[in-house]
Amino acid sequence: MENLVLILSKADNIPIVMMLLLFGFFTWLWWREAQKNDALIGAGRYGELQAEGKDRIFTWPYLVRNEFLAAILLMVILTVWSIVLDAPLEAPANPAKTPNPSKAPWYFLGLQEMLVYFDPWIAGVIFPTLIIVGLMAIPYMDRNPKGNGYYTWEQRKFAISTFLFGFFVLWIILIFVGTFLRGPGWNFFMPWANWDPHKVVAMVNVDLHQYFGIRNSVVAFFFGGFVVSAYFATGVIYYYWKKNTEFVKKLGAARFGVMAFLFLSMMGLPIKMVLRWTLNIQYIWVTPWFNI
Amino acid sequence: MQAFFNKMKDSVTKTQVWKSMFRHGYEDTPRNRYLQVLDNVWLHLHPTRIPRHGAYIRFTWCMGGITFLLFLVTAVTGVLLMFYYRPTAEYAFNDMKYLEFDVPFGMFLRNMHRWAAHGMVIAVWLHMFRVFLTGSYKPPREFNWVVGVILLTVTLLLSFTGYLLPWDQLSIWAVTVGTNMARATPLLGHEGPFGPELGMRPDNDVRFVLLGGTQVGPPTLLRFYVLHCIFFPLFLAVFIAVHFWRVRKDGGISGPL
Ligand code: HEM
Repeated sequence: MENLVLILSKADNIPIVMMLLLFGFFTWLWWREAQKNDALIGAGRYGELQAEGKDRIFTWPYLVRNEFLAAILLMVILTVWSIVLDAPLEAPANPAKTPNPSKAPWYFLGLQEMLVYFDPWIAGVIFPTLIIVGLMAIPYMDRNPKGNGYYTWEQRKFAISTFLFGFFVLWIILIFVGTFLRGPGWNFFMPWANWDPHKVVAMVNVDLHQYFGIRNSVVAFFFGGFVVSAYFATGVIYYYWKKNTEFVKKLGAARFGVMAFLFLSMMGLPIKMVLRWTLNIQYIWVTPWFNI
Repeated sequence: MQAFFNKMKDSVTKTQVWKSMFRHGYEDTPRNRYLQVLDNVWLHLHPTRIPRHGAYIRFTWCMGGITFLLFLVTAVTGVLLMFYYRPTAEYAFNDMKYLEFDVPFGMFLRNMHRWAAHGMVIAVWLHMFRVFLTGSYKPPREFNWVVGVILLTVTLLLSFTGYLLPWDQLSIWAVTVGTNMARATPLLGHEGPFGPELGMRPDNDVRFVLLGGTQVGPPTLLRFYVLHCIFFPLFLAVFIAVHFWRVRKDGGISGPL
């Protein structure tokens, strides 16, 4: 418990607590607005929403006033925050003395947490790249013309639930875990547990092929390659299966391919997490050059 | 009394000097409301009239504007900090102590810079979140979303490069953990897939280029300092300009079509 209080009170971690509260609040706000709009649309009154959107007001004073008030409020908060809480400064840099645990800045702890489940070349290089590219690709993959310029849930269920899953579960929660629940040796500690630097964790992880009794490394190589390819091939199968549906037709092969790849890559993380927790799986595919 | 104040006011506002600076007063006429926005270099980033929901906090959450304001705060406090900070391993840490104990309001300055930077990371995520939830990335605003993702990436890089500058245990180890990933870059890192096959060693791979050495050391400090104080801020400023321009050119704030 002392550990939790200690980390919580670290000046650099206050922003995380604030962030969690803010995200909670704004998610609630979105839900409230979406409910209102969906009710309106459900009653066939989309026109009212549209008409409201066409209504113009003067920037001066109506917008400028709000911006001004928001700026003052923010500066007051920031000033009080800067008076009350000092930026951290620890002992002088010492390359010979590695702290345990060593943690990246809090906004990257989601990535550091992914290192538990994937090797650094995936968690530290491929995933960040895919996150950036994937975010950029969103407007070109989402062909749903509805829900442009207003809050809704009913009209964009797939897009919104995918985004919320990626953002909340695979980013925010991982930051939370990395910051508050990872202690020495990057071992997992419950909030009330003491951070014991000598905690012993049995190394019981095995690779997937070992479950199937494969001992020959060449066979294991082809086996792992097959499993990973089969995983991504589900995208292709889905394409041919649903080829004639509205959803797939609208996307076309190229868009569908990119979307399926990004989606399956993203889902690879939670899948591997669950495999680790339940079956102690270390790697799916072992090769002399890289492991997945 | 009233007459006296009016006279005082006139003696200021009716002068040639005042009129040369401020073209019009606060008269409440539609014409003047247009002019207030059009004739002001800062305000003219806005259209003169906006959809009603554009001024609702429950619609925009004001998060784009807050991100921008926090960026300005870090820019101003950052320049002031630069007066007291030297990016060398000998001085950097001592300069932090100097700021804390000797420079008037030095600690306050440092705090404000740091908290505004953390706040900016949160605000930019919230802004992205609201843009996603209002579906504002849909045509015709696809490209501005892409510009936004660039801004998001650079915001994180700015924060990360700044993290090293205090040159204490917290900063060098956080940056060590972060940059160790670069070792594993496929093809370009000495521990990455096919890196060794391509002749990558600790002293010639992509991490070496990033750090200016095989570990986080004085050359890294200088590199991160230059990136943090010159390159990334300029880069961000240019893309913010593009971003704001595109908000206008894509038809202003999004609304039900
Ligand atoms: C330094 C970072 C950023 C700054 C200063 C910034 C600023 C702004 C501002 C002031 C607006 C006007 C409306 C509003 O406040 O919501 C806006 C709109 C917009 N931003 Fe950003 N932004 C940033 C990052 C981003 C990011 C990360 C994204 C998305 C990934 C993004 C996408 C958009 C889009 C699509 C609009 C148009 C929204 C609409 O018309 O409703 N921006 N931005």
